[in-house]
Amino acid sequence: MPAETGNNKKEVVIAIRQLKKSFNGRAVLNGVDIDICRGENLAVLGRSGTGKSVLIKIISGLLKPDSGTVKVFGKEVDKLNLPALQELRQKIGFSFQNSALYDSMSVRENLEFPLVRNRPKIKKKEVNDAVERVLTDVGLLKTIDQMPAELSGGQRKRIGIARTLILQPEIMLYDEPTAGLDPITSIEINNLINQVQHEYNTTSLIITHDLTCAKTTADTVTMLVEGKFLPTANFEKFFERQDESVRTFYDYNFINYK
Amino acid sequence: MERNTEQLKIVPAEKSIISKGVDDFFLGVYNVWKFIGRFFKEGFLPPFEIKEIVNQCYSVGFRSLPLISLTGFITGMVFTKQSRPSLASFGATSWLPSLISIAVIRALAPLVTALIVAGKVGSNMGAELGSMKVTEQIDAMEVSGTNPFKFLVSTRVMAITFMLPVLVIYSGLIGMMGSYLNVHSNEQTSFTAFFKTAFMPISFLDIISSVLKSTIFGFTIGITGCYQGYHAENGTQGVGKAANTAVVIAMILIFVEEMLIVQLVNVIR
Repeated sequence: MPAETGNNKKEVVIAIRQLKKSFNGRAVLNGVDIDICRGENLAVLGRSGTGKSVLIKIISGLLKPDSGTVKVFGKEVDKLNLPALQELRQKIGFSFQNSALYDSMSVRENLEFPLVRNRPKIKKKEVNDAVERVLTDVGLLKTIDQMPAELSGGQRKRIGIARTLILQPEIMLYDEPTAGLDPITSIEINNLINQVQHEYNTTSLIITHDLTCAKTTADTVTMLVEGKFLPTANFEKFFERQDESVRTFYDYNFINYK
Repeated sequence: MERNTEQLKIVPAEKSIISKGVDDFFLGVYNVWKFIGRFFKEGFLPPFEIKEIVNQCYSVGFRSLPLISLTGFITGMVFTKQSRPSLASFGATSWLPSLISIAVIRALAPLVTALIVAGKVGSNMGAELGSMKVTEQIDAMEVSGTNPFKFLVSTRVMAITFMLPVLVIYSGLIGMMGSYLNVHSNEQTSFTAFFKTAFMPISFLDIISSVLKSTIFGFTIGITGCYQGYHAENGTQGVGKAANTAVVIAMILIFVEEMLIVQLVNVIR
């Protein structure tokens, strides 16, 4: 069932219909339907192994669905040829759970890589300016010549986000942005996500099981239960539901947000 | 469109261990053929990753020089030292340069160099790509608009295929130098006389077959290392397994190929 966004005039940038994906005979996504509008920030909650990361990998074309459709900016992702897919991917930023920085490259080279690869004729000065701009945006300009191994977990996350921002994406996909971080660093990452949403005008899909992250970064929240989305709502309304899986998820976070 | 590292997997119903093993073997062979096919499709179509190929050639070739120099030199010297008593018993030590050159150029240089490169470079490819795979760096490369197969696999396979023959020629020359030093210290043979005698029995076919053989060995090491790394799974354990399997399979294949190529060259000869 497509989500009710409360603003039907907005352009739908991600439209998912009856999406199914299974691994080794186990259905992970079992008929997912959702619309995400331009400028919307949706958090997808769910327990580990429920297919949250699979969903954003299908949206970015890293995984192929078994059935159903995923349209991004009106284009059906798994029907695109490689050049068309690569063009579409320039509009999608993907922040990986473990940052996925290239170990053999410095921070500068990590950030230059997507820019130089996608815009081969770009001038060196423009590359330098872009790298410094995104590093300033994430507050880590001083790490420009460091190697990923020299960075802390929070810094790696920030650099990972900076690497996606360098192509100025219209959609940001965050895979567990606060996983493995201490509470203070998690709040810093949440603030960064909010900052990115405002400064870069992105539409965000945030995969998380961190309620603080969902509450502070998302306009709407949903949960993946048995391969399907529960209806979306804002954080407070979503957790007013008496659905057992929602209650359990909320109660086990031990924090009362009300 | 398929995922970059996707492999064909069949989930069998209840099966015996033997039939599952047979299935896995043939699926493995099919996936490797698919991987090789993709290498030819992506590696020889533009845009070409010239800069990365050069980087990889430097990494595979130049950085292997110290190890290849040492092993090549010792191989030539030790083989000469070990062969001398047998030839001396027939009063034929003057045949040493010819014997060594035939052994080094036809077999030892390609085989020893390929095995060393398989151990050094093949395992490195398996571990490096495996590590990139399990930490999602390959996925990150793909979503940032770069074809990771072309950038990571095609360049590495091409580099090692080009560089192994160069390393083999170098190793052969170093091996002959090692042999010369041993012969010179024992028989006081001059440099000119040694190499004149050494190259006398060497034919054009020997040189060509040696170079072609090392090209095939290089391709084998590259494909095996990249295939294992590119399909690594199960975290750090998978990375270790990829590196290890890459070396073991490459070494077995090198010996099998050596045997087949020798047979073929002997038929031509």
